[in-house]
Amino acid sequence: MRIIDTKQIEELVYSLALKAGVKMTEPCAAALKKACDIEEGAAKFALETILENKDVAFKEKMPVCQDTGMAVVIMEIGQDVHFVGELLSDAINEGVRRAYKDGYFRKSVCDPITRVNTGDNTPAAIHTEIVGGDKVRITFLPKGFGSENMSAHYMLTPSQGVEGIIDSIVETVRKAGSRPCPPVYVGVGIGGNFDTSAFLAKKALLKDVGYENEREDIRKIEREALKRINELGIGAQGFGGKVTALGVSCEVAPTHIAGLPVAVNIQCHCIRCEKGEI
Amino acid sequence: MKKLNLPLTKEDILSLHAGDPVLLSGVILTARDCAHRRIFECLDRGEKLPFDIEGATIYYAGPCPAKPGMASGSCGPTTSARMNVFAPRLYDLGLNSAIGKGEMSEEVKSALVKNRCCYFAAVGGAGALYGKAIKKSECIAFPDLLSEAVYRLEVVDFPVVVAMDAYGNSIYKNGK
Repeated sequence: MRIIDTKQIEELVYSLALKAGVKMTEPCAAALKKACDIEEGAAKFALETILENKDVAFKEKMPVCQDTGMAVVIMEIGQDVHFVGELLSDAINEGVRRAYKDGYFRKSVCDPITRVNTGDNTPAAIHTEIVGGDKVRITFLPKGFGSENMSAHYMLTPSQGVEGIIDSIVETVRKAGSRPCPPVYVGVGIGGNFDTSAFLAKKALLKDVGYENEREDIRKIEREALKRINELGIGAQGFGGKVTALGVSCEVAPTHIAGLPVAVNIQCHCIRCEKGEI
Repeated sequence: MKKLNLPLTKEDILSLHAGDPVLLSGVILTARDCAHRRIFECLDRGEKLPFDIEGATIYYAGPCPAKPGMASGSCGPTTSARMNVFAPRLYDLGLNSAIGKGEMSEEVKSALVKNRCCYFAAVGGAGALYGKAIKKSECIAFPDLLSEAVYRLEVVDFPVVVAMDAYGNSIYKNGK
């Protein structure tokens, strides 16, 4: 058994959040550069601006986007770990609270009905999974809502099959149009049930742009969906162009014989994601 | 790139066409969902607005807090479509233009044509660059809304693209 004080978790969440807010991931930046090279007109102007912004933000430690998001904290906890100290969720939220204050990040969390801001960007959306070993891995994803709002969930029937899955992915991006800050990254959860499919979609977004599923049949879905999305012609910021999505990433889990859940989680062009381990 | 000073004249607006890149300098006012709701409550009660809407440019945005020594934190545009329900009435009341990101509705398009106004797209996700183009920032209404309050921003060479012009043209491709 390994004892970990949750103060260490707070510190790790704090440092991951501070880094994530000002930095676009390298694979995302590389994909945007490639898109910029092949686009023209207003879409090219948008991509050039986005790439310049990324450099300015990182250099000056300013949030790369003012929507510093809802804090998504995904933890893989080794089952030989024993936590001591503050309650785990309190420690995580304290890390978020301090980072959003010290980083001059926007506080974007509010009551859903009164719309009164909680003032410190808490609570975070916290997911914990128990895994083998005695380590704790934390992924911090500041998720903006321009793109989150454009996500969708489908409870397909088994007979709709692969074609239904691809249609659902493409239709979600088509309907989102210019709103989620394209070119988008598309996380898809296939299978599981109503709730686990949504989390699979979120986890699919943690894969680097350019990643392909290890299963050949799933890779085919990813490639076909991406091809059809890019044929939509929406382009960067909706200004028209060849690149509407940087990639489609799928996560799969077994489902019920009666169903085929498909969750499509849209991520804007600015992927921010930091990982750490204790 | 074409440079224009705010407030825009009707001649300025009529010279703009969807797809034109423009650098804007002058005063813009931020307002997003909650601020719009408050503005409409004021109007519905017949009260005077806390700022002059005539000839104004509204920026659909909510900034990050400013670091010491800076006028503003990161401040890129938010999704304009959420303001579809508010924009036509404000154009009818004298609003000259708005800045945001993403396509707006047919009703907004009609209001732009009717009132000879235009809608600009800032580049979504370029928050740091826009923050640096802001030289002065002051909260002028609804401070309890924090980042969603109305801020009066003085901007210099704020890069935007004409997204929907006064002639009913739009830059957006719908993916149909």
